[in-house]
Amino acid sequence: MKPSPLLALVAGVLFAGSAAAQDWSTIRIATEGAYAPWNFTNAAGQLDGFDVDLANELCARMGAQCEIVAQAWDGIIPALQAGRYDAIMAGMSITDARMEVIDFTRSYATTPAIFVAPKDSDFAAAGLPETRVDMTEISAEEQALLDQVKGLLDGLTVGVQTATIHENFLREHMGDIDIRTYDSQENLDLDLQAGRIDVALADQSGWQPLLEGELGEDFTRVGPGFARGIFGRGVGVGIRKEDAALKDKFNAAIQSALDDGTVSELAIKWFGFDSATTD
Amino acid sequence: MDWAQLADVATRLAGGLPTTLLLVGQSLLIGFVLAVLVALMRVSPNPLLSAPAYGFVYVFRSTPLLVQLFLIYYGSGQFRPFFQDVGLWFLFRDAWFCAILALTLNTGAYTSEIIRGGIQSVPHGQLEAGRAVGMSPAQLFRRITFPVAIRQALPAYGNEVILMVKASSLASTITILEITGIAKTIIAQTFRPVEVFIVAGALYLAINFVATQAILYAERRLSPASAADRAKAAERRQKAMLAR
Repeated sequence: MKPSPLLALVAGVLFAGSAAAQDWSTIRIATEGAYAPWNFTNAAGQLDGFDVDLANELCARMGAQCEIVAQAWDGIIPALQAGRYDAIMAGMSITDARMEVIDFTRSYATTPAIFVAPKDSDFAAAGLPETRVDMTEISAEEQALLDQVKGLLDGLTVGVQTATIHENFLREHMGDIDIRTYDSQENLDLDLQAGRIDVALADQSGWQPLLEGELGEDFTRVGPGFARGIFGRGVGVGIRKEDAALKDKFNAAIQSALDDGTVSELAIKWFGFDSATTD
Repeated sequence: MDWAQLADVATRLAGGLPTTLLLVGQSLLIGFVLAVLVALMRVSPNPLLSAPAYGFVYVFRSTPLLVQLFLIYYGSGQFRPFFQDVGLWFLFRDAWFCAILALTLNTGAYTSEIIRGGIQSVPHGQLEAGRAVGMSPAQLFRRITFPVAIRQALPAYGNEVILMVKASSLASTITILEITGIAKTIIAQTFRPVEVFIVAGALYLAINFVATQAILYAERRLSPASAADRAKAAERRQKAMLAR
């Protein structure tokens, strides 16, 4: 019997990704497309942003043909495992939990997590210091600061994007507070503006569109920038565990782009500050 | 597949069961009342009543529920000053209210068409008979039109109940943690979509099994002639024939 086109299509979908050894001359890279300035869909309907620019740069360095596809955040890791694409570049932090299921290249950026609240809110008026808190080893002083933040958040509704290091931080370190989860940073921004949530936690760079947008004047960063520890070890390229060769290729390309200052250039273009990792 | 983990997933997902049931129950209840009103307007000969009803049904049946949900939730957020001015923001600020509103309007539109079909299927002769014995229009509706219409509409309404149970999963997109919302959270922590969605699917299956049985039971109870009744009637006819 001749295999029907439909059968071939079904088989193709089912077994995509189980293809034999690859030379990685073509790479499919997924990004979220709703996390400006890291990655977003521009007015022309094209994927754009720091991740997209860097992905194209890395592909050029790897001598590979790249196709960049958009994938919703909450399914981005399962779809990588299912072989729908070969790599994730979506502002995704390298964390232990994610390392259990996929592998990461070295990091290509680190940006701290910060709270944002309306300027006229009590939370903003509490006068929290804008220091940097390293969550790897929490000092007594830092713990006191964490406790102070926790006390201030008590009774407030706190927004966060689902399945992020930021959600993990809130659930583990901020105790029993009222947390609302959103599928994208864009929807989180909308609800913060609508006043449905009192304060929200996200990556400093992810706040850029809100804070520099039309209504940005009404909102402000509050308190310390949190990094490392539960927040992971910077942002890296997510890769299936079995694709060690691809990881090596990406690592070499990232290293060279870090060394010659290309990553810093792109960071300044998109974030306005240098987010390139130093470690 | 890890069975211990599966059991843990099932326990956590079952925690979303009350939320899903409440979501469906509340919107079906309010939606049904709305549907009866809209259906009555639809069958009215007065265009001032039937036209708005037709417009409402047309709009809510012809647009995706997800779009309605986003428009009500995020749309109201964009027009917060307006809603605050008219004093309704306290309602629209609440994700639960927005979800119930969207689901209610949606099921109201669909159910009104189901009920309209039922009303229009009431045999003319029965209404004539009612009028002949001097029933007022209200009595006619209460004693003849409504019971007959509901009986006719029940199978289609059962379908609508099942659709609503499934539609309630969309509430997860506006921060409500019902079964699907919790499923997404667990997937975010475990990256195991297959196991989690299998359990979530089984929960919806279980809810709809109970719903289907309830509707079937109601259908049997309301049926004008159950099999036993029909047999008895046949027996009576036979006896009458013989007695003649």
